[in-house]
Amino acid sequence: MDELYRDYILDHYKEPRNFGELDPHDLEWHDHNPLCGDELGVHIVVADGKVADLRFHGTGCAISQAAASIASEELIGMPVEEVGGLSADWVFELLGIDISPTRRKCALLNLKVMRGATTGDASWPEVAAS
Amino acid sequence: MAPLALNVRADFPVLAGDIAYLDSGATSQKPEAVLAAMDSYYRESNANVHRGVYGLARDATELFEGARARIAEFAGGDTDLTIFTRNATEAINLVAYAWGREHVGAGDEVLITEMEHHSNIVPWQMLCQEVGAKLRYLSVSEDGTLSLDELDSVLAEGRVKLVALTHVSNVLGTLNPVAEVAARAHAAGALVLVDGAQAVPQLPVDVVETGADFYAWTGHKALGPTGIGVLHGRREILEAMRPFMGGGDMIGRVDFDTSTWNELPFKFEAGTSPIAEAVGLGAAIDYLRGIGMDNVRAHERDITAYTLDRLAELDWVKVFGPLDVERRGGAVSFAVEGAHPHDIAEICDRHGVCIRAGHHCAQPLMRAIGVNATARASFHVYNSREDIDRLVAALEDVHAIFGS
Repeated sequence: MDELYRDYILDHYKEPRNFGELDPHDLEWHDHNPLCGDELGVHIVVADGKVADLRFHGTGCAISQAAASIASEELIGMPVEEVGGLSADWVFELLGIDISPTRRKCALLNLKVMRGATTGDASWPEVAAS
Repeated sequence: MAPLALNVRADFPVLAGDIAYLDSGATSQKPEAVLAAMDSYYRESNANVHRGVYGLARDATELFEGARARIAEFAGGDTDLTIFTRNATEAINLVAYAWGREHVGAGDEVLITEMEHHSNIVPWQMLCQEVGAKLRYLSVSEDGTLSLDELDSVLAEGRVKLVALTHVSNVLGTLNPVAEVAARAHAAGALVLVDGAQAVPQLPVDVVETGADFYAWTGHKALGPTGIGVLHGRREILEAMRPFMGGGDMIGRVDFDTSTWNELPFKFEAGTSPIAEAVGLGAAIDYLRGIGMDNVRAHERDITAYTLDRLAELDWVKVFGPLDVERRGGAVSFAVEGAHPHDIAEICDRHGVCIRAGHHCAQPLMRAIGVNATARASFHVYNSREDIDRLVAALEDVHAIFGS
């Protein structure tokens, strides 16, 4: 099996979960990866302080789309205030594949967008020194 | 048709490894002759130019100015109208600042095209925003070309002060009819700047024949080092222009409050010049002339035609840009069904195939052709048909992973 393009990565890329739009929604954010021009946006519905529902939209490579899709399944039901504290490692562990430095932003775009929507922080998630 | 091989790969030390380097549109590899010329300059002739009266300084000045003279001749320009810059981007910015801010004002228009690199977009956006002028774009047709009729109709409105366009598109490969554009622009009273960053490395270019008032290109895509670009200009225009940057070497005389300017081309070369880089670029164009630019172009055309033929066999690959090799240069952008360009480039890398993926610093063009990014293979003298066969094998692998 391919080390990067594993079956579950390709599955989430080809049939992404929770993709589309949500109207009405409570929170939204839109951002892009300046390296490749890929774009990702999110709509979030909040209930009882938790992410009740969300939809991602945009275009991107297999890594960025799979990361958004896999993460979306974890994010639904999560307290909104916890989202801002999620780290880059949280995404890398969810993906379960070795992400090279040149592809990190692909993997992290969805977390950047989620943090933007929930905290207004538009910075890239920091990657812990390895 | 029999393959047209130049058999020069062994001249390029980086290519001793087992890679198919298909990213010359981003930067070319450097032949041993360029590395040796720069090394020997630093070891044997290093001194600052134009000032010292000692022998070493004379040697350095002769090497530097000798390179300028050969580079000017290579591109068909006069030596004193051949200005060294840091790269093509700086050459374009030089014109935007030193000419644009004097001659483009409120209500005027700068006309560029949808296929420009950001380096030939952003300086004009900045200029237009600053002076209250309007930036307009010529559209790119379905087949990746410009329309001269559209050019005529915009020029006929009478507000265009400058037409700035690329000679060869870095994304689509389109070879633009710059001489025809220049003739029409001049008839309408506009000047013309041509971005030759992708043209000079692969075509015989005579900057005077292009009709351009300003012609910009860069060394590192033409087998030379990074850190040196070239701006050719028309004499009466350059003479009337104010300097771009102030500093040493560009002055005639400096008093406490005012200065006078040095003669061309030094008026536009403030500070210590990229001396070793000029020597290296001189060696690069000597190398290209040794092959012959007609042969370089013929080889580029052969590789491009072969690439288009091989990609046409793959019905899950879509090629962007002109399909007629007479109307295009050696950069082929493409899409693979179901696969994002980044994933294509990643899988190609595993096959030792170096291609580019992304927006190629041409985001307006990406929007115009309706994609976020493309994959691009681009060529130079060291490439062979075997490199393209390796690309195709890598793309078969992409299709195996991403095809539905």
